[in-house]
Amino acid sequence: MLRRQILQMGACTLAGLPVGLLRAQQTRPRKLVVVMLRGAVDGLSVVAPHGERAYAASRPAIALAPPGAADGLLKLDNLFGLHPSLGMLKRHWDGGSLAFVHASGSPDNTRSHFDAQDYLESGTPGRKSTPDGWMNRLLTALPGQPSPTRAISQGSAPPRIFAGPASVASLGLGPKAMDRRAIDNPALQAGLARLYANDPTLNATLADTTAGRSEMARSMAEADREPRAMDPTADAGAQSARSFAADARRLGQLIRKDVHTQLAFTSVGGWDTHVNQGNAQGQLANKLASLGAGLDALADGLGDALRDTVIVVLSEFGRTVRQNGNGGTDHGRGNVMWLLGGPVAGGQVLGEWPGLDTAALADGRDLAVRTDFRQVLAPVLQGHLGLSDAGLALVLPEAPTAWAQAGRLLRG
Amino acid sequence: MISRRRSLAGLSALAAGSMAWRPGMAAVGAAPTAAERAAHALNRLAYGPRPSDALAISQMGAGPWLDQFLAQQLEPRLIPQPPALAQRLASLQVLQMDQSALLGRYRDALKAAREAKREQAQGMAVDADAQNAVRNQVRPLVAEAATARLVRAVHSPAQLEEVLVEFWFNHFNVFAGKGPVSVLVADYESRAIRPHVLGRFRDMLGATARHPAMLHYLDNERSVVNGYEPPRAARRLIAGQPELKARVPTGLNENYARELMELHTLGVDGGYTQRDVTELARILTGWGIDQRQALQGGHGDLFRFDAAKHDAGNKVWLGHSVGSAGQAEGERALDVLAAHPATARHLAYKLAQAFVADVPPPSLVSRLADRFTSSAGDLKAVTRSLIESDEFWSAEAMGAKFKSPYQYLISSLRAVDAPIAQPQALLQALAQAGQPLYGAATPDGYKNTAAAWRNPEALTQRVQWATTLSSRYPLGAQALLNTLGASVSAATRATLAGEPAPQQMALLLASPDFMKR
Repeated sequence: MLRRQILQMGACTLAGLPVGLLRAQQTRPRKLVVVMLRGAVDGLSVVAPHGERAYAASRPAIALAPPGAADGLLKLDNLFGLHPSLGMLKRHWDGGSLAFVHASGSPDNTRSHFDAQDYLESGTPGRKSTPDGWMNRLLTALPGQPSPTRAISQGSAPPRIFAGPASVASLGLGPKAMDRRAIDNPALQAGLARLYANDPTLNATLADTTAGRSEMARSMAEADREPRAMDPTADAGAQSARSFAADARRLGQLIRKDVHTQLAFTSVGGWDTHVNQGNAQGQLANKLASLGAGLDALADGLGDALRDTVIVVLSEFGRTVRQNGNGGTDHGRGNVMWLLGGPVAGGQVLGEWPGLDTAALADGRDLAVRTDFRQVLAPVLQGHLGLSDAGLALVLPEAPTAWAQAGRLLRG
Repeated sequence: MISRRRSLAGLSALAAGSMAWRPGMAAVGAAPTAAERAAHALNRLAYGPRPSDALAISQMGAGPWLDQFLAQQLEPRLIPQPPALAQRLASLQVLQMDQSALLGRYRDALKAAREAKREQAQGMAVDADAQNAVRNQVRPLVAEAATARLVRAVHSPAQLEEVLVEFWFNHFNVFAGKGPVSVLVADYESRAIRPHVLGRFRDMLGATARHPAMLHYLDNERSVVNGYEPPRAARRLIAGQPELKARVPTGLNENYARELMELHTLGVDGGYTQRDVTELARILTGWGIDQRQALQGGHGDLFRFDAAKHDAGNKVWLGHSVGSAGQAEGERALDVLAAHPATARHLAYKLAQAFVADVPPPSLVSRLADRFTSSAGDLKAVTRSLIESDEFWSAEAMGAKFKSPYQYLISSLRAVDAPIAQPQALLQALAQAGQPLYGAATPDGYKNTAAAWRNPEALTQRVQWATTLSSRYPLGAQALLNTLGASVSAATRATLAGEPAPQQMALLLASPDFMKR
């Protein structure tokens, strides 16, 4: 019922109607954080199908042991188990706020990292000419009022997913990301504004910079005044200072403190495990442990706001079912999407599972894609963020709209 | 020198061709002046003007200066290296070591660090030098490689060569963060890239394919015939050590074969299939590193073709039947790729994008592709076509490119004539800006478009850098304006004149004119 109300509200807003409803919505702003794993994470190790005989057989050196065995998978259900390095996320699964959609991905069968990432970010698989990213279109289509910090991009360079005309604030990496900088000096800002007056694009970037930074500084100043529990991954100490966990926590805090922030994006690279990816120990296990700690820190930083936030974790494609000649995996197709947050109907692995029989594999080698990533995003955009049908068509044009499991993804 | 008629025809084609083709700092239709053309050459074919360039332009006149500059830049070997630069480069150890010495240094450091860790775990007193071996033995070599790149970019008079080295290194990117690639990047750049930037593309392609840095970075050294078994002596060695056994390759690794076609040659739309990727990986099995020579030391390249690792079966690749021919299979595959029309188009697009506009004029792309094909991949001929093209010299092209963090940093150091004593602060600034030197982790390297770099965080960092630099080198705005010459528009000069004097120089370094090139 709530969902229907929100859908109606979305439609009203697009038609330029009740501001009162918008205010009501802003008291509990709905939020979406997208975390992109660049380099194609091995989804068959993240949520491993231990119940499939072909799983261990295809991966003699890198398959994870079944649940219950030493260093074994953390049991999710009779078919799937979570990588043992992701133990920090198990509490979210057990608490009903972490779900997965397996055998999902892009309908375009490219195995190029760069094209596949581009499609995931443009939201238009197979079409390279799309100039903007789907999160920027979402920013335009989202019901409610614009704000300089309504969307935050974390990192030093602008991601494709936020490319487009709507303003996006940026948050740098590292413990000094929120420090005062030369550009915060009003006299210099005024001079820059005069200097940029004839350059529309740089002028717009400058306006986004100054407005976004002052808003973020205000929000963070409030966050700093609050007492906080001791934080083992906080910025102190050189090793963790630049870690994903510290950056993710900072992003979470910023989102929590800024009532205007509704969309955020961050990414983590280094998943292209062609060689010796390991199993319960090794390269991938280490990366996943740091990612798990980071997502947990993000959830922690979000605090109360987690109940109004959906975190989506996705990667451009999956990796080969069979290990390659070097105890690694090559580029594949289907992967697993992760959804975390209060609105998520957690504790379930969704998605139609095609199985690992050779006949079921894409090109005889890869997990097939049975669920389009946009089929998973659509219920989040509509049911959670209140996007209308017209808004959805703008954000994800020509996307498959129906998904049999859409109604099971979020809490009622 | 350039026909006005052709130039106008080119412009109208461009205007119809792309929305990204926006006017730069010069007015549409107005033919650029000699001073503007000289500034454009310095911004695109070099890393921006230095005070000495401005002086030379004012002494010779912009027209004659430009003619001389262009004539020299295509023949970098004939440009004398300044003694101070030569001395600095000679002082860098990493440039004097050969591949086996470099790999030896890496191996020893790793071994010492591993030993130290093991001894520590056993409660033994540990030698601090051993513990920090990687930091003390390996990282200085990477820092030296970066120093060499930076001092050349700032101080070498053969500027086009430096710009092209950056472009082609990025095209054939390797990542210093992956194992022994760290100690090898300098050798890779100076032996596989630099000698060929105005030579034959096929030679550069072959040199990168055989270089240990690439063989390791994209895993081809580990890609072997399915079911490969190591020689008997090695098997005995491995027998007692399961952790070694796990590292013995047993079959194909597609990583290099895929990127070789997608990034280095044909381009992602070059018309190959997953089957072609696997077949090319089979063709390239056995291309690896001579581990024995690496251990023994000695001179020369460490590339080795190992027939025992090669898949001798028949392959069908890009429609060609490939019979068993050992290393020659791979060499022929590189011949096919280098001569392929898709490669010509792919490289032409990338060059035109880097040197002219984010969405490059289609007319220029097709002309460069034709030149690539007609010259059999002669990069000097292609580069010459590029810098003799009307599109390159058009008013629209001038100031149309947004600088990458690297270009912004180098051009600022040149503009204030800063010496590079310690590169650490510069390297940190690049890393913070998202463009760490030799630190692009993925094989596509860095993008050079505005969309990839222009955002609030970038602006924040550049304004910070502009402020820092102007307080460290307080030359004043007027001196800087003299150096930058026609790169700075009349409008910017007028606005700047009304600003408070103490912040004029920082504002100039943060101006749209200096953010772009």
